[in-house]
Amino acid sequence: MELTNDYIRQRLEEKFGGEVYSFEEPYGMLTFETAKTNNLKVMQFLFDDAELRFQFLTDLTAVHYPNQPGRELAVVYHLHNLVDNVRIRFKVFTAIEQPDVFTATSLYATANWMERETYDFFGVNFVGHPNLKRILNVDEMDYFPMRKEFPLEDQTRIDKDDEMFGRGGSIF
Amino acid sequence: MQEQQHNIKLPDGSIERQTTTLNLGPTHPATHGVFQNILEMDGERIVSAESTVGYIHRAFEKLAERRPLYQITPLTDRLNYCSSPINNMGWHMTCEKLMGVQTPKRVDYLRVIIMELARTADHIICNSVIGVDTGALSVFLYVMQYREQIYEIYEEICGSRLTTNIGRIGGFERNFNATVWTKLEKFLHEFPKALKEFETLLMRNRIFMDRTIGAGPISAERALNYGFTGPNLRASGVDYDVRIHSPYSSYQDFNFNIPVGTTGDVYDRWLVRNQEMWESLEIIKQAYQKIQEFKGEEAEVYHANVPEYYLPKKEDVYTKMEALIWHFKIIMGETAIPAGEVYHSVEGANGELGFYMISDGGRSPYRLHFRRPCFIYYQAYEELVKGSMLADAVAVMSSLNLIAGEMDA
Repeated sequence: MELTNDYIRQRLEEKFGGEVYSFEEPYGMLTFETAKTNNLKVMQFLFDDAELRFQFLTDLTAVHYPNQPGRELAVVYHLHNLVDNVRIRFKVFTAIEQPDVFTATSLYATANWMERETYDFFGVNFVGHPNLKRILNVDEMDYFPMRKEFPLEDQTRIDKDDEMFGRGGSIF
Repeated sequence: MQEQQHNIKLPDGSIERQTTTLNLGPTHPATHGVFQNILEMDGERIVSAESTVGYIHRAFEKLAERRPLYQITPLTDRLNYCSSPINNMGWHMTCEKLMGVQTPKRVDYLRVIIMELARTADHIICNSVIGVDTGALSVFLYVMQYREQIYEIYEEICGSRLTTNIGRIGGFERNFNATVWTKLEKFLHEFPKALKEFETLLMRNRIFMDRTIGAGPISAERALNYGFTGPNLRASGVDYDVRIHSPYSSYQDFNFNIPVGTTGDVYDRWLVRNQEMWESLEIIKQAYQKIQEFKGEEAEVYHANVPEYYLPKKEDVYTKMEALIWHFKIIMGETAIPAGEVYHSVEGANGELGFYMISDGGRSPYRLHFRRPCFIYYQAYEELVKGSMLADAVAVMSSLNLIAGEMDA
């Protein structure tokens, strides 16, 4: 049987019922959401099932939505079934005060550094990760730079003295 | 040797049980960047390894959250700078996917030519550097002139060589001129001979074979679990190639093979890359042939008709008010990006290069994430070198095609 988005959705709903929701298909890729406590169960099912076989973790990252109380951080997984060549994406949301999400390292060795990177940038605490420490930033850093509360400098601001930055001229 | 050891007054425990900590990198020429590897050595044998990526700190994912699309292209240049046109094209195609821009066939073929040239340039460097790291410098010097020829082609198209910033959303900035085609023909004529010689110098070279066969092998299953893609995965025997499995930019119109290895060791990775260069040449030839077949107006098309995203011609910008306004609006991101969520991947020279973009309809992406193949498979390094000799660690590292710029985020 051909592995279509509808079929994957049907199989997921048979197995998990209402625990998988918000199905969408942006640009053809099946996208859905599950509770953060379920991420491993869903992934294990997708990995083990003889038809679904999503055994390749393409990508893992996070997104910060500061305006969604209780669901500020989204962890996004991109999975790939290499046999049937189908990709899916699923997300789990977590509150920023307690950003605990189960690690996927037991299923995919590749999740190790991807999760370290996500922790480093967003502060998602991957529970059970063998070595959850910063990877691209220094260990002493005490904040998570990709969160939206750390904006880049506004290029249009005029309260700086450009002379101090070697650009000549002064606002005075 | 044994006697000498007995004469030395050692701490408790025999010498066999003692291990030494050795720092391989971050400033050794063989570490290809700022990677540090803390190796625990038992004599010359590696007992365990711990890798550190190093801190380049360019923060391009963060920068992208503030920049309009065209200002993000230079950031992609600096991912894998050995084949920056592939990154550029991948990025532009991601934008096109989000905006629903259809590119004309001729543009696709032109892109294929550039991407395959970039892949060849990247493989030239990687494969010849494996030679350098295993003691053969002359092959490296010999093939560099062909990378130079490729760079000259880029230069003719866009004016720059390494970080090319080549192309536009919808196509190219200008049509390929006659010099480009002359240079391409010259390359197609001269490179196969050099590649053959390059192969002859290394492929059956006893020293090279001894240094690489059996070094750092990885099974297909393990490679998949580690998220390997590109030549590194194919060397283990998995024929996964984004160009075939999720064709983009009309790759479905070309006939080419996917070379695969068996054991996934350094030698196999080298062979796969070398074979890929032959395949790339085939693709370029086919694309060149197809481009010749366009007649009349079609033969001059080099971009899609999308004035709201495609930058106007430079001479128009200097002379026409309307064009100047459009140029300004596009560069400053006044034309908003449609809201949406998109993942697009291309077969980069070293693996699947993915772009994951979320747009909320503003002038810059809300979030942009790059799937950087190097970053993903460098983590397997610890496993690959465990139990092997120190000299193998160097060969394994160069065979993975690690690019420091791509590790960063």
